[in-house]
Formats: sequence, structure tokens, C-alpha cells
Amino acid sequence: MIATDFTPWSAAIGGAMIGLSAVVLMATAGRIAGATGIFAGLFTGKYDDDFRWRFIFIVGLLAGAAISGWLVFDARDIAFAGGPALSIVGGLFVGAGVILGAGCTSGHGICGLARFSRRSLVATCVFMGIAIVTVIVTRHGLGG
Amino acid sequence: MKMLSVLIAGLLFGAGVTISGMVNPMKVLNFMDLPGLWDPSLMFVMGAGLVVTLVGYLLIFRRKAPLFDDAFHLPVSTMIDAKLVGGAVLFGLGWGISGFCPGPAIASLVFGNAESFYFVAAMALAMVLTKSMLARSAA
Repeated sequence: MIATDFTPWSAAIGGAMIGLSAVVLMATAGRIAGATGIFAGLFTGKYDDDFRWRFIFIVGLLAGAAISGWLVFDARDIAFAGGPALSIVGGLFVGAGVILGAGCTSGHGICGLARFSRRSLVATCVFMGIAIVTVIVTRHGLGG
Repeated sequence: MKMLSVLIAGLLFGAGVTISGMVNPMKVLNFMDLPGLWDPSLMFVMGAGLVVTLVGYLLIFRRKAPLFDDAFHLPVSTMIDAKLVGGAVLFGLGWGISGFCPGPAIASLVFGNAESFYFVAAMALAMVLTKSMLARSAA
């Protein structure tokens, strides 16, 4: 466990950029800016127009991260909860969960809530709540 | 034009999850650690993201179609079922274990940490397997 600084300004600026991304994508392509749907749609084996916009979005996402890592974000701050095994288990749970639940933090938590979807409200409350309980139990034990 | 705007949306998304600190799993886990090392930053990410999207969507949905496509592609299901809730439970478990959700995990690949690669590879595999399982059970 490593403490991190409370950074309301960079958090709000970054959050607003994610929101702006969702607005641009809906206004121009009519698509939900959900990382799950966009990324998972790459693995259909078809390299058509649908594949193309998803691929370009992910390329932009990687480039946006690289550019801000170069200009403003210090990547040395990144710290993980555990090693490869934990990353693999976490990735398997997240990958299966977001497909079954049809969305993640961006698709349900931002885009879904912004269009008043009841499914997204339920999903967001559940995954947020379970994540909080999971962290409290793994860090502090069952006694909290 | 459509591909250019998609690229801009991708750039904004990648920059947003990086600048906000969501590419750092420790920061996300600290947000969830209410009784411990609580870092409320993520609340500001979600709050700002939601406000901008809410206002933007209200303006966009006054139109009949997006600028460079025939129609809006929106989810049609309104069912609150076991699949939705069970999926959200699984996702919450994985997010709470690792501190990564899909967008920031993919973005973090550019910082070259092995843990990011393991996470995204496992996530992609689970996505493909779960999708094919769902397709088979629907058929």
C-alpha cells in the first residue's frame, strides 16, 4: 500500500476530457464512448468499417496517454497492488464481468448515467460497491 | 471526417484517464479504501466526466442523427437481470483486486509496465471467451 496525493484539479480536468471524448464520439459517430464495447468489438475477426473506427479510437487512446505521459503525467507514480498473477486474475475477472454486465466505468458510469439508463445506474452502483468492499476486505480484513 | 473525430475522441479519452491518474492502480485502490488511505480524487474524475457528458448529450440528442453517421447507436435493452448484476459483481471484484478498469488499463500499456500487459492480455482473453459463451447460449 502506498498513499497517493489528493489531486482534485488534475482529476477534474482529466474527467472533463473523458466527458468531452464521450460528447465528441456521440456527436460525430453516434457511438457510446465505452472502453469495453469499443475494445471488445475489435476481436470479431472481421476487418471492416466497424473494426476501423474502433481501432482508430484505441490508437488515439494510446497516443493520448503517451503524449500526456510525456508532457504532464509522471509515469513513475504508477504502482501496482501485486505482481503478474494478481494482474492476470484481475484481468480475467474484469474481462468476463464487463462483457456479462455490458459495460464498465466509462460505458455505464459516464455515458450510461448521462443518458439516464436504469441498467447503467444499477451496474455502476454494483461494481462500485463491490470494488469498495473488495478493497476494504483485502486491505483491512473482514473486520474492516 | 468521421475517422478524424474518432481519433480526437480517442486522444481525449487517453489523455483524460492519464491526467486524472486513473492509469495508476494504486490511486484507484486508494479511492476505494474509505477507512484507510482514502484519496477522493476519483470522485472528481467521475463528477466532471458525468457533468460534461450529461450537458453534451442533452444538446446532441436534440438532433436526429450524428454529424457523420446515419443514426445514433444506443443500447436498447432495459432489462435489469442476473447477467447485468452478476457481470457488475465480477467486474467490481476484478477492479477491487487490481485497481484497473478497461480504459485506463489499455492506456497504461504505453508506460511499459509488465503488469499492464498481463492485465490487458488476460482481460482480452476473458472478453473473447465470454462473448463466444454468450453467443453459444443464445443460439
